[in-house]
Amino acid sequence: MSLGELSTLLVWGATAAYAIGLVAFAVDLARLADGAARPVRAGAVANARAGGGPVVPSATGPAVGDPSGPEGVVTRAGRRAVGIAMATTGVGAVLHVAGTVLRGVAAERVPWANMYEFALVGSLVAVLTFLALCRGRDLRFLGTIVIGIAVLALGLGLTAFYVPADAVEPALQSYWLVIHVSIAVIATGLFTVAFAVSTLQLLKDSRASGSSRLAGSRWRMLDALPPAAELEGLSFRINAVGFVLWTFTVMAGAIWAEQAWARYWGWDPKEVWSFVVWVVYAAYLHARTTRGWSGRRAAWFVVVGYATVIFNFTGVNLLFDGLHSYSGL
Amino acid sequence: MATDASYRPAGHTGDAYDQEGAGGSEEPPRLPSLGLVGTLRWTWRQLTSMRVALLLLMLLAVVAVPGSVLPQRPQDPAAVAGYLADNPTIGPWLDRLGFFDVFASVWFSAVYLLLFLSLIGCILPRVAAHLRGVRARPPRTPRRLTRFPARGEVVLDATPEQVVAAARVALTGPLRALPRFRTDDDVEPDGARTVSAERGYLRETGNLVFHLALLGILVSVAAGQFLHYRGQALVVEGRGFANAVTDYDSFESGTGFDPRSLTPFTLRLDRFTAAFTEDAEARPRDFVADVTVRLPGEQESPRTIRVNHPLTVGEAKIYLQGNGYAPDVVVHDADGEVAFAGAVPFLPEDTFYRSRGVIKVPDVSTGDQVGIVGYLLPTAEVTPLGARSIYPQPLSPLLVLTVWAGDLGLDDGIPQNVYRLDESGMTQALEPDGRPVTLFLEPGQTVDLPDGLGTLTWNDLPRFVALDLRHDPALAWILAFSIAALVGLSTSLFTPRRRLWLRIRTVQGRTVVDGAGLARGDDIGLQGELDRLLDAVRALDPAPSHAPAARTGPTPHDDTSARETSPGTSHERQEHESR
Ligand code: HEM
Repeated sequence: MSLGELSTLLVWGATAAYAIGLVAFAVDLARLADGAARPVRAGAVANARAGGGPVVPSATGPAVGDPSGPEGVVTRAGRRAVGIAMATTGVGAVLHVAGTVLRGVAAERVPWANMYEFALVGSLVAVLTFLALCRGRDLRFLGTIVIGIAVLALGLGLTAFYVPADAVEPALQSYWLVIHVSIAVIATGLFTVAFAVSTLQLLKDSRASGSSRLAGSRWRMLDALPPAAELEGLSFRINAVGFVLWTFTVMAGAIWAEQAWARYWGWDPKEVWSFVVWVVYAAYLHARTTRGWSGRRAAWFVVVGYATVIFNFTGVNLLFDGLHSYSGL
Repeated sequence: MATDASYRPAGHTGDAYDQEGAGGSEEPPRLPSLGLVGTLRWTWRQLTSMRVALLLLMLLAVVAVPGSVLPQRPQDPAAVAGYLADNPTIGPWLDRLGFFDVFASVWFSAVYLLLFLSLIGCILPRVAAHLRGVRARPPRTPRRLTRFPARGEVVLDATPEQVVAAARVALTGPLRALPRFRTDDDVEPDGARTVSAERGYLRETGNLVFHLALLGILVSVAAGQFLHYRGQALVVEGRGFANAVTDYDSFESGTGFDPRSLTPFTLRLDRFTAAFTEDAEARPRDFVADVTVRLPGEQESPRTIRVNHPLTVGEAKIYLQGNGYAPDVVVHDADGEVAFAGAVPFLPEDTFYRSRGVIKVPDVSTGDQVGIVGYLLPTAEVTPLGARSIYPQPLSPLLVLTVWAGDLGLDDGIPQNVYRLDESGMTQALEPDGRPVTLFLEPGQTVDLPDGLGTLTWNDLPRFVALDLRHDPALAWILAFSIAALVGLSTSLFTPRRRLWLRIRTVQGRTVVDGAGLARGDDIGLQGELDRLLDAVRALDPAPSHAPAARTGPTPHDDTSARETSPGTSHERQEHESR
């Protein structure tokens, strides 16, 4: 088996681990919903755990049974499912990192030069960002969305976008491939997590303001989440970093284009959409500070912004031809 | 805060930071006062409001989209022509409305120009206000510290003066010239001392730098459009070209460009090397052009040009944009005279370099002019179905040609595409069965042209490169403004804007320090900042054992609670210290 094949196998393994994690996260959310209705007797469950029940590996860190997050985020004892979810996500992330590194070794270059590899690295950044954020405070409720998107991205990557590991064509042989593309992929990963947060903010806000669709008990888990205003602040902080990185991506892309294509900006479809992404997130930052547009409306900008990010990554590569036709398909 | 709000664009919302000011007051919709000046002023105020800036930004995103969906003339004129042919009804309308050159269209330009106008109108007053505010003092300590998001208190034995001094040192940080906080202290009428501090002025600075840098980018790009030039030249191995407008195959420049400013260097292509993967897909791996450059008054010097690695000569950057084969052929006419000799570039059409070209032979001694059209196949595979190329390198090259005779149409003065044959005045040489005569020819071979038109000899197969030469004097400015924008943006987004206040009173002989903090927007670091300040104050007392006891002391939460404070005399303080 070649290194490239081994990498693919590891990525399949990561996808499977995430899929298990995803189910566990979903179960946890359902439990949270119950918990929100009937508060669990925290002490009892905690004792049961201490008494030697199946202990979840420490990969989950201090999250399990943490009495209350530093931000007052709801945590409930007895969230065994989320422990399993975090553990399998951790295992998945290890496989994911290994698969990504091996992919780079197999191709003898950085592993982000075609769509399969963007999906690979972008979802890795999203998962790692999620895990890193969880260290600071209990944000495990984001797991369903972030890991869900990661499973989707990896699944699509492995089945639809897959190409074997190989060296790149002359147009991509540049250190800008390392700089420009890696920052773009990291920004995408951050936008993913922020999108998850804003989505929850919108759902929570709708339920709180009495939306009939979200009134049912199926959505009770929303009550267990931090207040909408706190989610909005979290989303902003992640988006702010993502936006700065995206600004850098666009600028670095222009520098690279100047070297490779003899013009810094040529309104190639990829450039058009990178511009659209940038403008939408700039609008989001404005909306946050415009009277009557902050809060809910600003969160919609995050949703639209993320849609443009995803379209830039998929639709633009597959639908239009331009100079950026490196999907490898 | 009132000052904060006044220089912000209309509709700029207050967040927690502005809560004390006019935060929530909604301006009633004001009707434009009659009269031209009033209307203009109203329009200007609208244009420079936060809401309109937001709407224009959204609009900018929307109007950019057609530029990716429809073919664009500057990028791909052939695709536009194809679209117009396929959509005869809607096509011309889209064309008239500028949809095939979106980024130069009236409506796209209108949106971004309005946006930048709004930006100027919104940013300049803020720059002025910010400059005036450079010496601004932190706001006075509010009467009640209880309602702020960050709170803390310390009770200790150090004197209020010591607390004030220690707090100021801690707030200023290690660099006195670049204080972390601007700090003021004061004594209130009832004798309580206060310290007020504010940090984050750089946030507004960063925001203004960012917006002004965007303006700088726009202006530099426009200047570059005005002054730039770009030329294309196709150079065959062994040949060269001189840097003069006339020597380019195509040349375009801004209206401000002066052709005499071109540095008259010469460039010769010595060798072009291409590498491909060896599998059937033959993906390109490396392209290198070895050239010799000679600047006026200097020695020749060997250089290389690669994809991604343009060569700078004089003021121009030279890019390797394409490559292909240029079969070197000789045509003898019916009289046996050399009617044509030279390398003819054939343009590659697929990844295996199946290349199409035309050999035009106008200078025949007698009879009709000759046009020879067809394909070059670098690695030919001939099957009953036809001939094709299966690899880009010249492993078994083959020319597959048909022959036309008649009038090439070169003399009517209309510029012609050198890669196309104008067949209107010509007839194709046909076999008796009506199919075109097809010539197959390998390097070194000579074939007879049909109908006694002469002979064709293929001598050699040099390669050619397509070079782009370009100079844009604004590049350095664009880069500088971009970096300024990025730095300004990061400063603006990541500089916390925080205010801290301390009120220091003497209660029952001990010093009670009450602290509060307020941040702009939500700020998870706020409490930590206040705690660090209080820790610095707490460190004034030598024994840490005081701390837990102090917590249980009187709770001076409420300003209105009965207090035993009296204007502290130095005598009293002496007493406290000696305790
Ligand atoms: C080319 C168009 C513009 C772009 C791309 C743009 C982009 C941005 C971005 C990315 C931010 C957030 C980062 C920061 O705070 O520095 C921002 C903030 C801001 N922009 Fe703009 N802007 C544009 C035009 C305008 C205009 C026309 C106005 C005035 C009406 C304006 C007023 C503001 C204000 C007041 C803030 C600060 C928000 C806060 O208080 O945090 N901008 N802008």
